[in-house]
Amino acid sequence: MSTVEKHETPGRTRLVDKAQYGLAAFLAVVGAYVVYDATTLSDGFADQPVQPYAFPYVVGTVLVVLAALLAIATARGDVPAAEEGEDVDLTQPSDWATVAKLVVVFLANILLVDWLGWAITGAMLFVGTAYVLGSRTLIRDVAVGVALSVGTWYGFYSGLGLAIPAGILDGIL
Amino acid sequence: MDSLNLLMDGFAQALTVQNLFYAVVGVFLGTAVGVLPGIGPAMTLALLLPITYSVGPDSALIMFAGIYYGGMYGGSTTSILLNTPGESSSVVTAIEGNKMAKKGRAAQALATAAIGSFVAGTIGTLLLVLFAPSVAGQVVKLGNPSNFALILLALFAVTAVLGTSRLRGFIALFLGLAIGLVGGQTGQARLTFGNPLLADGIDIVVVAVAIFAIGEALWVAAHLRRRPLDIIPVGQPWMSREDWGRSWKPWLRGTAFGFPFGALPAGGAEIPTFLSYVTERKLAKHPEEFGKGAIEGVAGPEAANNASAAGTLVPLLAIGLPTTATAAIMLLAIQSYGIETGPQLFDTEPDLVWALLASLFIGNTLLLLLNLPLAPLWAKLLQIPRPYLYAGILFFASLGAYSVSFQPFDLALLLVIGLLGLAMRRFGLPVLPLIIGVILGPKLEEQLTTSLQISSGDVSTLWSEPVAVIVYAFIALALVAILASGLRKPKPEAPVEEKEEVSA
Repeated sequence: MSTVEKHETPGRTRLVDKAQYGLAAFLAVVGAYVVYDATTLSDGFADQPVQPYAFPYVVGTVLVVLAALLAIATARGDVPAAEEGEDVDLTQPSDWATVAKLVVVFLANILLVDWLGWAITGAMLFVGTAYVLGSRTLIRDVAVGVALSVGTWYGFYSGLGLAIPAGILDGIL
Repeated sequence: MDSLNLLMDGFAQALTVQNLFYAVVGVFLGTAVGVLPGIGPAMTLALLLPITYSVGPDSALIMFAGIYYGGMYGGSTTSILLNTPGESSSVVTAIEGNKMAKKGRAAQALATAAIGSFVAGTIGTLLLVLFAPSVAGQVVKLGNPSNFALILLALFAVTAVLGTSRLRGFIALFLGLAIGLVGGQTGQARLTFGNPLLADGIDIVVVAVAIFAIGEALWVAAHLRRRPLDIIPVGQPWMSREDWGRSWKPWLRGTAFGFPFGALPAGGAEIPTFLSYVTERKLAKHPEEFGKGAIEGVAGPEAANNASAAGTLVPLLAIGLPTTATAAIMLLAIQSYGIETGPQLFDTEPDLVWALLASLFIGNTLLLLLNLPLAPLWAKLLQIPRPYLYAGILFFASLGAYSVSFQPFDLALLLVIGLLGLAMRRFGLPVLPLIIGVILGPKLEEQLTTSLQISSGDVSTLWSEPVAVIVYAFIALALVAILASGLRKPKPEAPVEEKEEVSA
């Protein structure tokens, strides 16, 4: 903590994390929407001393204020400490392409799960994400994925008594 | 010794063959999932929550107690055998633990961590049994204004006291409060975007799984280590007479640090583990060994970590206030069995609470019995291929969210909030205030409403109770202290060298 002062020589170009302005904008939009939504609410019942819009007004307003504070802090050179972890390597540039591909696989699961059922889409989810993350043993991936999804389907059905919707496999599983 | 009788009843209930089986399953699963790199205790609990859904509440809670301690222990195994800790609470354990492992003393490090966890967990649970009922007995007498003040204190404490950046803490808290607003609990649909599926609010399980599991998996995916970590092989854990001699005092001192901090509203394990480390370094006969793998530096902090985990159960069970991420998931678990949490818990559900307390003792003992012989097996889990590990996390997180009500909409929510979790890790926003905000925000509103209903709208009722006044005074003092320290040294944080890498 005490070793950082010497970096702050005047004239040194300040590092500004521009993406943080995006976060500030996001907070401002969320806050503004919370306030807007509150204005659409009508007065509560007679026995409701706290109006339904009271808390949203407070939360929304504070979010907008925090957005402004974050923007100011960002301009003054405040940078976030990104989270570390066992498998996290912060010395490499962020690989957002991988994240985007994972999101696509995830979306496919959301769109298809009603139709195909968890036993199929769950396996697709596993195989797809494993592939995106760098696994190249497709046959083994499929085997593991199918084992997981069919296994959890039967596990929930017989072990927990929960019938996960089977989708097109209805009657087969 | 009323508590003792009740505890004995609890043991009688927990020690049936069936419940013992669930306890073993819980400890086993908790450790197995907790050992996996990238999965901390909170994520372990969040991922395993669905498994407990359809067994009876008593068996489910007993299983959960096992998962709780198992997940905690699994996390420290990971931090000893890999160089980088996944949880802030095991940062200190990793300092000496990994050095010991590199010197070929991994077995001793794991053993002192396991036995220290057992000692601290047992003493901590004993203190919990002693204190929680009397605390609950006092808190249950408090009126709604005091409860309102206590919730406010909990929100303030996890946001302002913990963490490095208070601005980011408050951002996370208010995002959580905003998520907590969603739904029709006040009679009118708030923030539902006209979607009937949001009318009941966002299921907190979905929020927790999204923030902990999806957010973390996506964050790791963006930064996946391309070169494998060094994993240190481990044999059967055992300790020499000298190791025992050097360990037992740090275990007890660590416990003494951990429990009170855990029980405080701004608890957590970071401060007590650090204090324990510093103390052991000062008291050690060979202080020069510190930094090169001193066993005291593993024994003390690890005991402090576990004792603090037991301590956090005091506010959780006695007041219904979660103060750590792990405790927040515990609360969700208890609530998901349809049990109303709060100070009345000891009166309304005595069987369940005492069975839970008894199973904490049992889980802790099973942990020791299972983990000493199984350590080499756990170490193997660290070698799981990373694509499988994170694909598996995404798979089980999706299953957990989907199993709440089998709606694809929940999966969409999971993705959206998971992306928020990713952004939070990118921008250094702490996760805990958000989760606590989602859980406690609606309760805050409820307590305020009830207070004002009773006083028929008179606002002065809020400071009409002594406990409330004391809490407000405490918050005010803390605010003044924060502002004062903020004004004294208005230096921005130093630009860290990772800067260029993280901006994308």
